[in-house]
Amino acid sequence: MFLLSDILSAVTLVGVIGLIVGVVLVIASLVFAVPVDERAAAVREQLPGANCGACGFSGCDGYAEALSKGKAKVGLCTVGGEETAKAVASLIGADAGSFEKKTAVVHCSGTCDVTRKAAAYQGEKSCKAASMLYSGVGKCTFGCIGFGDCAAVCEYGAISVVNGAAIVDRDKCRACGACVAACPHGLIVIEPAIRHASVMCSSCDKGNVTTKACKAGCVGCMRCTKACEAGAITVMNEHAHVDFDKCTACGKCAEVCPRNIIKMI
Amino acid sequence: MSAAQLVGVFLASILTENYILCKFFGICPFLGVSKKLDTALGMSAAVTLVMVISTAVTWPIYTYLLVPNDMDYLRTLVFILVIAGLVQLIEIVMKRYLTSLYRALGIYLPLITTNCAVLGVTMLVLDKGAEDPSFGYLAALINAFGAGIGFLIAMVMFAGVRERLESADIPESLRGLPITLVSAALVACSFLGFSGIADKLL
Repeated sequence: MFLLSDILSAVTLVGVIGLIVGVVLVIASLVFAVPVDERAAAVREQLPGANCGACGFSGCDGYAEALSKGKAKVGLCTVGGEETAKAVASLIGADAGSFEKKTAVVHCSGTCDVTRKAAAYQGEKSCKAASMLYSGVGKCTFGCIGFGDCAAVCEYGAISVVNGAAIVDRDKCRACGACVAACPHGLIVIEPAIRHASVMCSSCDKGNVTTKACKAGCVGCMRCTKACEAGAITVMNEHAHVDFDKCTACGKCAEVCPRNIIKMI
Repeated sequence: MSAAQLVGVFLASILTENYILCKFFGICPFLGVSKKLDTALGMSAAVTLVMVISTAVTWPIYTYLLVPNDMDYLRTLVFILVIAGLVQLIEIVMKRYLTSLYRALGIYLPLITTNCAVLGVTMLVLDKGAEDPSFGYLAALINAFGAGIGFLIAMVMFAGVRERLESADIPESLRGLPITLVSAALVACSFLGFSGIADKLL
């Protein structure tokens, strides 16, 4: 039979232990308190929370903290775009500035129509795995492998592999840069979304090798560099590059390209 | 207890009495946090810490407070209270000094509170002490530490298995949790092979 004193002593014991634990926790939470910057928390609320790292900070928390301390520029969040830039700017009292929309571009147009497979590949269906084996499965060792590692990492469903080469849907792309890191051949570049010329080939092979591997490969003939009045195009590593800052989007390079791989995008 | 016996206690708690793979305690973090090696390591370190500290606190409470007052029936209640407090304390300290690990563990850190492996260690060492009077405070601590290391080994092993599973061609109906549970069962089977080893040491 239970006595009242048994119940009381049990209640007292558990109560006292609970009280001690509570007091210790209160003291600890005061001693080890983490100072929370309220402005950083408010800025964090406005950021999209994709934690993609496109801004150059370790996720949205890191960017919010840098913003609140005035160490970062406002328009770095490509995912949030102009709206986020404005909202954050009003919070921290800075000028939103002009937000430059960016997009990912796949610098390869090696679809199944213009290039071929070098071997029948039966391994893991991933570009990363395939690239470890003789730089991919295609004739061109620099081009799109086409297993869609980039499409798999895209949070916004903006990339699809069509006919063996990846294509970015620019309406959906938020320029977070996840695909840039995922492409083992480094074909994807984050570029300004304003209209400019873009070379859809990244082959570093000599012209004759490129010609054999792919009908849509840059052979480094330099016709575009001569045609460009703004001096925006240079040929490096056997293929042409466009300087976006200089490009006036006149389209002359696209007209003269014998391989038809400079596209106005 | 001699030093050799203490080593035997340590090894037994890792291999033959592995809390996850032999006693099936703490399956929630075992399945939840074992996706990546670094979070598995962090979680195991946190659990080991909680196991050792809570055993260090609950053993004296039981032996010197509950037993003399004939209130050992309260041990489950009191232990849960103490463990919950300790986990909160570790969470506060970790938030201050190990922020990245704190974020990586997320909900699993407060869940250590209700991790039955921790409560299991603190209770089972008492039973061992009751069976064998030479199993004292030091042996209990070593047992708790070994349980934590066993937890770590199980987590790390399983994280390796799961990383291999990521790239395996698994039938569609088994993808995700089903294949994880099947492989957990196979890993647990492998630990059956250790049964009897540590008995010789003791």
